[in-house]
Amino acid sequence: MSKSIVRALKCRECGQEYEIAPVHVCEFCFGPLEVVYDYEKLEGAFDRKLIESRPQTMWRYRELLPIDGEPTVGAQNGFTPLVRAVNLEQALGVSELYVKNDSVCHPTLSFKDRVVSVALSKAVEFGYQTVACASTGNLAGSVAANAAAAGLSSYVFIPHDLEQGKVLGAAVYGTDIIGIKGNYDDVNRLCSEIAGKYDWAFVNVNVRPFYAEGSKSYGFEMMEQLGWRAPRYVVVPMASGSLCTKIHKSIKEFVQLGLVEDVQTRVYGAQATGCSPIAASVKQGTDLIRPVKPDTIAKSLAIGNPADGYYANRVLRETEGWAEDVSDDEIVAAMRLLAETEGIFTETAGGVTLGVAKKLIEQGRIPRNESIAVCITGNGLKTQEAIQGKVAEPRIIGPSLDEFDALAEADQARLAA
Amino acid sequence: MSVTVRIPTPLRKLTDGADEVSVEAASVGEMIDNLDNAHSGLRERLCDEAGEIRRFVNIYVNDEDVRFLQGKDTPLADGDQVSIVPAIAGGVR
Repeated sequence: MSKSIVRALKCRECGQEYEIAPVHVCEFCFGPLEVVYDYEKLEGAFDRKLIESRPQTMWRYRELLPIDGEPTVGAQNGFTPLVRAVNLEQALGVSELYVKNDSVCHPTLSFKDRVVSVALSKAVEFGYQTVACASTGNLAGSVAANAAAAGLSSYVFIPHDLEQGKVLGAAVYGTDIIGIKGNYDDVNRLCSEIAGKYDWAFVNVNVRPFYAEGSKSYGFEMMEQLGWRAPRYVVVPMASGSLCTKIHKSIKEFVQLGLVEDVQTRVYGAQATGCSPIAASVKQGTDLIRPVKPDTIAKSLAIGNPADGYYANRVLRETEGWAEDVSDDEIVAAMRLLAETEGIFTETAGGVTLGVAKKLIEQGRIPRNESIAVCITGNGLKTQEAIQGKVAEPRIIGPSLDEFDALAEADQARLAA
Repeated sequence: MSVTVRIPTPLRKLTDGADEVSVEAASVGEMIDNLDNAHSGLRERLCDEAGEIRRFVNIYVNDEDVRFLQGKDTPLADGDQVSIVPAIAGGVR
């Protein structure tokens, strides 16, 4: 096993470097800290063959993830399918479309298992026994599950009005689950205060720089599974905006290390119209993010004051991508479209991403004849409320062949008509 | 024109521990200058080399972010409440 190439934490604003520690904000200018690496140490020691020889988990790219030793939490996480979506291609009128399907990520069915695996492995390295998070749902479930498996205690903080599937999907792991009367931004603000007072590893507060790096594995896998190439266009859901910056970073790293060719990938961001502060800034041609009060069924994306909004905005503009937003009805329609064409049941956030991809294709912003990757990051079974009453109910009949024959006959007659 | 400025914990070292200070100023820019005169070193914490308010420093005048007013040119009136609040990185995805 090769040595860690992590160099330091570096302020994204003023460039000040800090030793590796559970800190996330620059003491001097309050900018966010990011993990930086000495890539030249990998020269000749990290190639496609080595990666391919390793188990199919997110940790096959471990040199580019910021832990020192072996992963102690979530060693099996990641490596989800990349699906060539032929039926969806036909439905959208495009020639090459892929779905990177983290709705089946081990163990809690969202891409959060990637970031949590890194955050908790790092928390163990730092010596923490209790881990915590502020969450819109998926993160709570992932922290709870991965902490349980690692023998860590956990506290998860969520808005009090989340979907039942998200609440149960965290509580079942025996975590301390706390509902806050307020929206995610209120939960997040409270968690910053709690993190300052209690000696816990808050995955998206004091260990956020490490946590966020876990998202790169989503991009790494996508490129390896595409046959070691980057997609020309990639559509990413945005809440805080972090995922979009990390997918971009993953592509830059693979290009720098010579693992893929630089195809000038354009990154597109997707939000729900009821919570679209980043998309609004891109459309208005500014880098100022004006916070909003979220009102959307896409609760996992309902962050009105996005921490990485500025950096997401910059990635979208620098790569000559764009951002769009879709209504609640468009979200549900896109969830159904993905289910009916590809057999993939994604949560509302996936509806946002596919809905926006469709819109961008129709607008001509994404051309129809080049490779497009759509980032599906969560599972529809957790947000059933969103489609309740909008899909077919079972037709109830008695356990009798006669009754079924009558039903089948009626169906055939309707088809013939 | 005297305004009250709330100082966040990480900057109180520069204000001898005070969590609130009063300054004379007719605009946010002037407020920063006068704060720095009284408490040397505050300006470089609040503003970058170009003199612009740092991206992760939020300044609110009566609860409105000055970025959405007139930035450093935002006028101040007697009795205005100004808060300096570091944006704390949070959130997910």
